[in-house]
Amino acid sequence: MDLSRIRNFSIIAHIDHGKSTLSDRILEMTGAVEMRDMRSQYLDSMDLERERGITIKAQNVRVEWKGHTLHLIDTPGHVDFGYEVSRSLAACEGVVLVVDAAQGIEAQTLANCYLALEHDLEIVAALNKIDLPAADPDRYAQEIENVLGIKAEDIIRISAKTGVGVPDLLDAVVAHIPAPKGDPEAPLQALIFDSQYDQYRGVVSSIRVMNGRISAGNKMRFMNAATVHEAVEVGVRRPVITPIAELGPGEVGYLIAGIKDVGQARSGETVTLFHDPAAEALEGYRDPKPMVFCGLFPIDGDDFENLRESLEKLKLNDASITYEPETSGALGFGFRCGFLGLLHMEIVKERLEREFNLALIATAPSVEYHVTKTDGEVVVVDNPADLPPPQKIDFIEEPYFRVSIITPKEYTGTLMDLCQTRRGDMTKLEYLSPERVEIHYRVPLAEVVVDFFDQMKSRTQGYASLDYELDGYQRSNLVLVDLWLNGEPADAFSTIVHRDKAFDYGRRMCEKLAELIPRQMFDVPIQAAIGGKVIARETVKARRKDVLAKCYGGDITRKRKLLEKQKEGKKKMKAIGRVEIPGDVFISALKLDD
Amino acid sequence: MSDEFGAYIHIPFCAKRCDYCAFATWTDRHHLIDAYVEALLSDIARNVGNGMPVVDTIFVGGGTPTLIDPMALARVISAVPRSAYAEVTVECNPDDVTPEMMRIYADAGVNRVSIGVQSMVPQVLLSLGRTHVPANVAKAVEAVRAAGIPTFNLDLIYGGAGERLVDWERTLTGALALEPTHVSAYALTIEAGTPLASQPERHPDDDDLADKYEMADEMLAAAGLANYEVSNWARPAHECRHNLVYWHQGEYQGFGCAAHSHRAGRRFWNVRTPDRYIDLVSSADSVEAADEQLDQQASRMEKLQLQLRLREGVPFEALDGDALPGVVELHDNRWTLTRRGRLMANDVSLRLK
Repeated sequence: MDLSRIRNFSIIAHIDHGKSTLSDRILEMTGAVEMRDMRSQYLDSMDLERERGITIKAQNVRVEWKGHTLHLIDTPGHVDFGYEVSRSLAACEGVVLVVDAAQGIEAQTLANCYLALEHDLEIVAALNKIDLPAADPDRYAQEIENVLGIKAEDIIRISAKTGVGVPDLLDAVVAHIPAPKGDPEAPLQALIFDSQYDQYRGVVSSIRVMNGRISAGNKMRFMNAATVHEAVEVGVRRPVITPIAELGPGEVGYLIAGIKDVGQARSGETVTLFHDPAAEALEGYRDPKPMVFCGLFPIDGDDFENLRESLEKLKLNDASITYEPETSGALGFGFRCGFLGLLHMEIVKERLEREFNLALIATAPSVEYHVTKTDGEVVVVDNPADLPPPQKIDFIEEPYFRVSIITPKEYTGTLMDLCQTRRGDMTKLEYLSPERVEIHYRVPLAEVVVDFFDQMKSRTQGYASLDYELDGYQRSNLVLVDLWLNGEPADAFSTIVHRDKAFDYGRRMCEKLAELIPRQMFDVPIQAAIGGKVIARETVKARRKDVLAKCYGGDITRKRKLLEKQKEGKKKMKAIGRVEIPGDVFISALKLDD
Repeated sequence: MSDEFGAYIHIPFCAKRCDYCAFATWTDRHHLIDAYVEALLSDIARNVGNGMPVVDTIFVGGGTPTLIDPMALARVISAVPRSAYAEVTVECNPDDVTPEMMRIYADAGVNRVSIGVQSMVPQVLLSLGRTHVPANVAKAVEAVRAAGIPTFNLDLIYGGAGERLVDWERTLTGALALEPTHVSAYALTIEAGTPLASQPERHPDDDDLADKYEMADEMLAAAGLANYEVSNWARPAHECRHNLVYWHQGEYQGFGCAAHSHRAGRRFWNVRTPDRYIDLVSSADSVEAADEQLDQQASRMEKLQLQLRLREGVPFEALDGDALPGVVELHDNRWTLTRRGRLMANDVSLRLK
């Protein structure tokens, strides 16, 4: 294929700024998808993606536009999947930046643009939703010029909904995004930037060929994993999967190699030919590293094996999940799981519940602490229950995030207050425009994982946006706050917190649990303790009445059914000792209001 | 299982519907009364013809049995073949009771009446949507005694909106002053679909209900009425035999719309409206709406659930009573609910094994 006629690009946009709608319009206008087959958000294939309006897995599609072949690479729309975004960008020569003309650029979009600039990608900017009454394209074009240096007059005005401006945008892609470079005769170097598991075909990987050629039947080497596979099929998505004879330099398509587990074909992997290998792998590969951990426990203990099998199946399609068996005194048998971030954690839990029909309890999210013991040994702890006893700890280090928040300036005060309460240190505050500010903080990750995002949104009526990345470890004065229910340890609620916040945390957790735990047959004391010393206490008074007053005449059936219904409700409770707790208490208790 | 066999007769007519009531009863179908009585008589005759046993207890409930002509009710009662020592109960609205009505009942074999007192405090009665005045209760009791009916129950309800603890105490004192042999005291229960259900501000508080239950148990016991089922108290030998048939998982035949039966291990119930009931009886069709047959395990559990609510309690092996101190006590190798336990009977029920 003539490289000069290929354009590879991604769309960078904030959630709800119209990326999926724009993708739909492009598919339609280039004739890739007939109008009658059009369903909203064509590229978002998971139900969850469509419901949440976000893309979790990257997709790619080949379309034709005025004699050129365009590869549109759809990227994940959430910071948790930042690594996937970077791999998608590595497959492109340019990006289309889409900004909502009524809202302006958001923190994460900006971060992704910087990422694109680091990759030397060309940016074609567009202001979307110009049909909205609240649209103010001039103002936000000026803002984009201020922060990214793209001239306001070069920014294309579009409405992905009505299609206005979309052909101009495609023309601009052809005109401004460079054609790929590559040597068809050089040894094969192809980048895997996404892999998905298909139950009939095994793993289907999205690839971008940099140099050389690949066709079905080739024996291949995966350079990072050091494994050998045979290419069963190569092809392109138009968007219907279409096998082709070979993929050459600059081309984007898919590769099927009879692999059963996406962990064997990870994003960032370099594919080369076994018999004529490239000297070096492409840059930028890294193992996905979980940052947030929690225990997942089946409400019904009999579901443990079920949960194990479900996690195995899910892992086939999401190599970034980690899990290992865990035993909790309070919750029984479950798994300690690691996730890329909070959204990732929520999504995985929801998929397990929905696709595998499991009822689960997720414990408090935790981060990975580096604990240096008095004997000098360093242990990594991602579960409060595994923290060594206080007398054996020399010091603890915790991970920090570099957080940036873009907000209308009137919310600066409340956001600084939020970051301050979360033990954050401000590093920078800059005005993007007279109305909008970008605030930079260093905040302990542990403080971000507990409803930081929700707090930020509620304090700013949803106007602020967030981006973050890991920024090393730092020593902190941390202690373990234990929770006791009815005299028994409830490890599911135990958390590692900063000493200055421990009393307050213990008190509020006791109050919250007292409010959430339904009254039982007996008084239930709730205690918070540090190192065995009780710091807070509440009591759920015993329930005094739970009885049907009357049996309706001879209607014994009704009485029995009412009891059966009550019994069903009870099955959804998790028992910690003698205390029965509804599953949602575990989630609600962790949402401590500031 | 109880050896006694019972008959229940349902009278689905009321002058006014109480807004907490979810029973099958109607205020606008009085024109059906005559046809309904005829249908009851036919239904009874048909069952007798099919070999129904002689009954040991008859209970006429409603609705408001005293709303219909006492002579007609007497005919219905007399149509059911009963043993010489049968207990025959009729539920009575104190407003309707007259000495003459009680004489007719007594002549028909009625030897127990249950008077719907609910409360002795006028504003509480008003909030329950009841029309009678407390003075009518004393008159009704007088009429019962004059007719020579040997035993009677007073039906009480606690937890009406605005009822204070002292109001409930007044009701109990007033009821005990009439020297009943039996008292039923029910917590006001919110039934789905009733007008009360849609007015949460009038719903009783569980702790308040528990206080009132404890007060009732205290005062009734002191007056010689022993608790023998969660909501029922009686002097010795005055327990309601008919209700005990239900609670012992015994057998009974129901007559009338919405009446329930339990025969040969099968539970079934009649069509809900009087209109349907009359039509089906007159066309000699079955009046059953639906039924259920419990398997052995479900039946065993049902029996335990019923027993748990009774003074006799459940067998030792049916419950881990040691884990429930203060809630159950061991007597003669059976677990029985304490006062506190009776208030938590549902929760305990779910622990039966």
